Amino acid sequence: MSSQVPADLRYAKSHEWVRVSAPTATVGITDHAQQELTDIVFVELPAEGRKVKAGEACAVVESVKTASDIYSPVSGEITLVNDAVVENPALVNSDPYGAGWFFQVKLSNETEAAALLSSVDYGKQIGG
Amino acid sequence: MLKRTPLFEAHQRLGARLVEFGGWEMPVHYTSIMDEHHAVRTAAGIFDISHMGEVMVSGAEASNFLNAQLTNNIGKLDLGQGQYTLMCNERGGVIDDLYAYRISSFDFLLVVNASRIEEDVAWLQKRHDAFPERGRVDVRNLSDIFGAVAVQGPRVREFIDLAIPRPAGSEAIAARASSLRKNEFDLFGFADETIYVACTGYTGEDGFEVIAPAAVIEAIWNQIMEAGQPYGLKPCGLGARDTLRTEACYPLYGHELDENTTPIEAGVGFFVALDKGDFVGRSVLAEQKAKGVAKRAVAFKMTDKSAPPRPHYPIWSAAPDERHIGEVVSGTSSPTLNLGIGLGYVPPEFAKPGTPIQIEIRGRRSPAVVVQKPFYKKPV
Repeated sequence: MSSQVPADLRYAKSHEWVRVSAPTATVGITDHAQQELTDIVFVELPAEGRKVKAGEACAVVESVKTASDIYSPVSGEITLVNDAVVENPALVNSDPYGAGWFFQVKLSNETEAAALLSSVDYGKQIGG
Repeated sequence: MLKRTPLFEAHQRLGARLVEFGGWEMPVHYTSIMDEHHAVRTAAGIFDISHMGEVMVSGAEASNFLNAQLTNNIGKLDLGQGQYTLMCNERGGVIDDLYAYRISSFDFLLVVNASRIEEDVAWLQKRHDAFPERGRVDVRNLSDIFGAVAVQGPRVREFIDLAIPRPAGSEAIAARASSLRKNEFDLFGFADETIYVACTGYTGEDGFEVIAPAAVIEAIWNQIMEAGQPYGLKPCGLGARDTLRTEACYPLYGHELDENTTPIEAGVGFFVALDKGDFVGRSVLAEQKAKGVAKRAVAFKMTDKSAPPRPHYPIWSAAPDERHIGEVVSGTSSPTLNLGIGLGYVPPEFAKPGTPIQIEIRGRRSPAVVVQKPFYKKPV
């Protein structure tokens, strides 16, 4: 199954994407990840104001079959979460890079995002 | 190395996502669990169940031998009938749950769980060695010889005869597969082989299970796929099989059932025939039926918006006397009901439908309520 890997985003090996617009970044899960999970039925997001470190588990996404941790690819403070995906988890399946975003982080280290995977490297990782 | 069924290549061609299940590489889904679940509830689905085990018990003493090992009364089976039954150890713990079919006066086919084939065969062999009339009964593991598919859903009867057209032998009780009723089976001819078609299943829907020599199982799968396509038939994986059986409250070995849990505790005491004579585990089961049990399997649903319950999540009693009372053994988001449902073990005082309980999900407790089984019953 082919999946979308937009060129303007950075990626974590654990299948999250980051859209950087300094000083904040938006985080979600990739098209590949939502295809692997299929039918997402529940999303749990971090509290606004929580400080997270890069690589820290801070959200949970549940498909019919399993619960999966979502890791923040960047460090900083959660400034906004997407209540729409909590209300309607299927948005993660239908629009993973748009309406299905998870949370925004006020970056504590703006260089961190640059160390994440490019779309080309992430595409290679998922064999696309 | 994981074992593969004779349908492995067919699954790959259909784009299945494959996972490990009980030592087998099996499809978890082809499109999505939800999609396949709804296909079975509204139209039809076909499942590869070739991983399941087949054990033939034959001989003049086969019936007496099996009645001394299994909980249900095999003497009640007429030719062409099957029954759900369980095999217990001396403590009443479940070695396996299975289907027993009466193939002929002296032959019984047992269909057992994939993950339990070795344990079952070893146990039956041990019991056979100790059986006084062992010269007049034999136990053969035919699991590698047979493949099997399940075809399930409200529209299956409309097309099954197109795929399985020919009854075999003079003992045939049903001219067509579609005239089989629940728990009946018959022999059919397929490409010079004899195959078994049983009106049984594990989804809560009407449907059939077809057991056939491995060499013809792919041809059967293809023929059913072709016949069922116009009726909305879809290939379905183990993911949907699990959500469907959970809604129907059918136990799954390793979840509701294990060697330390009895059929009475698991809520399948209906299939324990205490009046048929002695069998392994009988004294423990008789005492539990008379005096009660320390734990019971209950069905529950989440009452607030919450994450779905999952196996091993702790169960708590509701306020004001909140304490840890048990554990979830099966749990999922129900595609039919669109809410979190589960099965779990609790002390009997919490087993009454309507009892409020709590499920601990990632350190937080969410409210749930014990409900009548099953969650889903097919419309009559």
